[in-house]
Amino acid sequence: MARRIAILLALLLAAPVALAQTIRLGELNEYKQFPAFLDPYRKGMELAVDEINAAGGVLGRKIEVVSRDDNGVPGDAVRVAEELLTRERVALLMGTYASNMGLAVADLAKRRHVLFIAAEPLTDKLVWQDGNKYTFRLRASTYMQTAMLVPEAVKLRKKRWAIVYPNYEYGQAATATFKQQMQAQQGGDLEFVEQAVPLGKIEPGPVVQALIDAKPDAIFSSLFGPDLARFVREGELRGLFKDRPVFNLLAGEPEYLDPLKAEAPIGWYVTGYPWYAIETPEHKRFLAAYEGKFHDYPRLGSVVGYSTVKSAAAAIARAGSTDTEKLVAAMEGLTFETPFGSVTYRKIDHQSTMGAYVGRTAVRDGKGVMVDWHYANGKDYLPPDDVVRKLRPAD
Amino acid sequence: MSLASLAVQLLNGLASASSLFLISAGLTLIFGVTRIVNFAHGSFFMLGAYVAYSAGTMFGAYAGSASGFFAAALVAAVGIGVLGALIEVLVLKRLYPAPELLQLTATFGIVLIVRDVALALWGPEDRLGPRVAGLSGVVEVFGRAVPQYDLFLLVVGPLVLVLLTLLIERTRFGIVVRAAAENRVLTAALGIDERTLFTVVFALGSFLAGLAGALTLPREPANLGMDLGVIADAFVVTVLGGLGSVPGAFVAAVIIGVTKALCIAAGTVSVGPITIAFPKLTLVIEFVVMALVLLVRPTGLLGRPAIVAATTQVAAERALVERPGSRSALVATVLFVLALLLPLAGDAYLLVLATDVLVAALFTASLQLIVARGGLISFGHAAYFGLGAYAAALATTHAWPFPLAFLLAPLVAALAALAFAGLAVRMSGIYLAMLTLAFAQILWSVAVQWDALTGGSNGLIGVWPPDWLAQRTHYYLFVLAVVAVALAALAIVAFTPFGYALRGARDSALRAASSGIDVRARRIEGLAIAAAFAGVAGALFAYSKGGVAPDALSIPRSVDVLVMMLLGGQNALFGPLLGATAFTWLADLLARVTEYWRACVGVAILLIVSVFPNGIGGTFRLTRLRPTSR
Repeated sequence: MARRIAILLALLLAAPVALAQTIRLGELNEYKQFPAFLDPYRKGMELAVDEINAAGGVLGRKIEVVSRDDNGVPGDAVRVAEELLTRERVALLMGTYASNMGLAVADLAKRRHVLFIAAEPLTDKLVWQDGNKYTFRLRASTYMQTAMLVPEAVKLRKKRWAIVYPNYEYGQAATATFKQQMQAQQGGDLEFVEQAVPLGKIEPGPVVQALIDAKPDAIFSSLFGPDLARFVREGELRGLFKDRPVFNLLAGEPEYLDPLKAEAPIGWYVTGYPWYAIETPEHKRFLAAYEGKFHDYPRLGSVVGYSTVKSAAAAIARAGSTDTEKLVAAMEGLTFETPFGSVTYRKIDHQSTMGAYVGRTAVRDGKGVMVDWHYANGKDYLPPDDVVRKLRPAD
Repeated sequence: MSLASLAVQLLNGLASASSLFLISAGLTLIFGVTRIVNFAHGSFFMLGAYVAYSAGTMFGAYAGSASGFFAAALVAAVGIGVLGALIEVLVLKRLYPAPELLQLTATFGIVLIVRDVALALWGPEDRLGPRVAGLSGVVEVFGRAVPQYDLFLLVVGPLVLVLLTLLIERTRFGIVVRAAAENRVLTAALGIDERTLFTVVFALGSFLAGLAGALTLPREPANLGMDLGVIADAFVVTVLGGLGSVPGAFVAAVIIGVTKALCIAAGTVSVGPITIAFPKLTLVIEFVVMALVLLVRPTGLLGRPAIVAATTQVAAERALVERPGSRSALVATVLFVLALLLPLAGDAYLLVLATDVLVAALFTASLQLIVARGGLISFGHAAYFGLGAYAAALATTHAWPFPLAFLLAPLVAALAALAFAGLAVRMSGIYLAMLTLAFAQILWSVAVQWDALTGGSNGLIGVWPPDWLAQRTHYYLFVLAVVAVALAALAIVAFTPFGYALRGARDSALRAASSGIDVRARRIEGLAIAAAFAGVAGALFAYSKGGVAPDALSIPRSVDVLVMMLLGGQNALFGPLLGATAFTWLADLLARVTEYWRACVGVAILLIVSVFPNGIGGTFRLTRLRPTSR
């Protein structure tokens, strides 16, 4: 008993010291706008923090994530980021989901000279047109994920494509990249018919009917979430997908595939995350740890949250400091471990080489799954360096 | 497009219309009788879908039992109806004596609470609805497959229309409802118990929202975005049809549903050099249709102008605008000096937060000028805020010098207000409010679509103040100076001859006109001045955030400013400052404390409006109010 009390006392005395030495990572995200993705994301971060601290922390100090809800409004994101910087004295910023949020925080990072690791926003502008010295991005971008599907699409030699996309940056960029890449790789007299739908408010009946009437040979979609679910159900009912190959960005992510249950589409070409089938040691270890801690399976958001924190810790370790300039130098070319294997933040544009799984959808035991998949390494789906240099302004 | 596909698209449009009508019918009933602008209607719709999902799981709807699904739908509708009645009795009932619009704030609080409750109960993942046994297949129409469930909806919509019409036209209850919709005061004078009537109507409206949500479930998974996704559309249908008119809502729903379907069917059309992508118009088409109709028929398709008593209690209360006096000047000075000293606190974030509060206060005060002083309700005030922000941001990204870029903001906002007022000023009340909403929404869609100019959905970034204002402290002091001058000007303007004219026109346009006031001209000027100040707030906002995105023009921002104005007290001198401080500070504080901060903000709003029905500033008045012209 006395021993226990002694330990307790020692802990109490040590606590403030340990706290003072904790490295604080500032995190902000649209938790209330996109809970399906960000709830698992938060768990992934938690797991990474636990693992890092159990292994002794970074630079001999514990790490802590200070998380904020940015309300899905860029102006609010800038405010909470300022709060994290001034009051919480965080070493760096990370997070965000939507493109406009990522860009707003990236611009603040440039202004305040602080490292920002954009976790999820997919917009190409984040690392190219609007790229800056202080901003790095983890997820495979819209361009990369589209480029991963194009080789499969080219193989089919289809001429007339119907494209359906949510009418904002992500969907527009995916559509533009798809058309451009198809022209470049397949060429010939390609035809495209487009349906832009308001995000979250698709009119599935008329959209599906319009696509049927357009008589396309194949379909390329960048829908996700409730829009995707409605599109799938209506399209199946009305026979849109009969004898037509369908390509859908992100649709293999558990966040968007699982709600469909047994009605998940069959044979679609998708990017996603087949967590149930990845046999690499790094993924098996991650899966076991995640399921052990949360009694739930990981979603893609879990991997993104986990890897973001891991990359931040790796950068601090490599920099040997939390000084921003040293951190930025450490991030360029930083290689770190993720459940998807080793990933590097490219020096040339600050985009990570994290890839995505590309495969076909199927239904097993009443659940949507990915089959015939392979891991597409991000580094193979980026434009040549001279093109990147033209796209990205010099720092 | 062949005739057959056109016919099928019309059918699709009608099925959507049916579902839109079910949602809107309840909203129009509630508004027609109680005059409550019920933002929570979309939340009831969402809850209906979630309850039907859970009940459906229990009743075997997912195992192929059609009766299970319909039983679940009934449970959902009745449950939401009961919930509506409870909310009416526990919350809204207390607010009827309060100035109009305050109930709106309460329903907004309910929206925040319901969303977090749904997240807590059903989790973040979307919940796919069952396929209803017997209605899960397709029927061939002109060689095209049409889902049976769409045809079922095609029947349900008109069926509900007929039942509601019978209820309203043929029953005693209906007579009372119609009487109350026509003239509440007279109905009450005839000995009809208004309070019970309101509860029953609110319950019936909520029942319909719940039913609509449940019947939507087989077409749309229950998800946390349903509430806001549907509420704007429901308002559009309600207003387009004429407030309180159930058949009007039906006609309006058909117009909107079919127009959308036709836009989608038309696809991208090229006429000579012009190419129009019609599907992109679905982002905003319902607002365009509503605006066009309202310009021709200011009370909607089947609406009738409401009979307004010459002097209502509300009008009498409104006349009591708090007048700036020596004591309020003292308070203002003390506040200003405290604000000046704020940088000495040494907390850089306090300055960031205070900057946000000041910008919000100016934005709120500009709304107060047109709503409280001018009597012109606006649901789209973000239009001018956003225009100001975009004008300043665009000028800055095109390398205009800061003073010029900054001055461009009020100019653009005021010009836009003049253009809008030229069209809209003969309208009033809720119809005008909805036209302002349409105007803001159309600007929003332009900002989203016009990639080359506005940066599209990403907006513009890199908009920072010049070097001499780069420090957080410097920029804060700049904002403080601008906002202090602007707030003083707005407080004084109500007591200039112009302000008296504006208020006179508000209380009785007829009397004002007969005493020689050009009501129309004063209102246009009032709107332009308010817009200019909102534009200044927008510019200050853009520079403080380093950019602007379409959310600056969005419906939530318009709603936020309305809530801040009502929280602060619409007649109170310091109302905008109090409302902006309470709202901004609460959200900031609670978001850090709890994951369910939205629900907490919602509860706080309910508490504030229950305890201070005249707003925070309306309760703690500095001067005793006397009618100013007696």
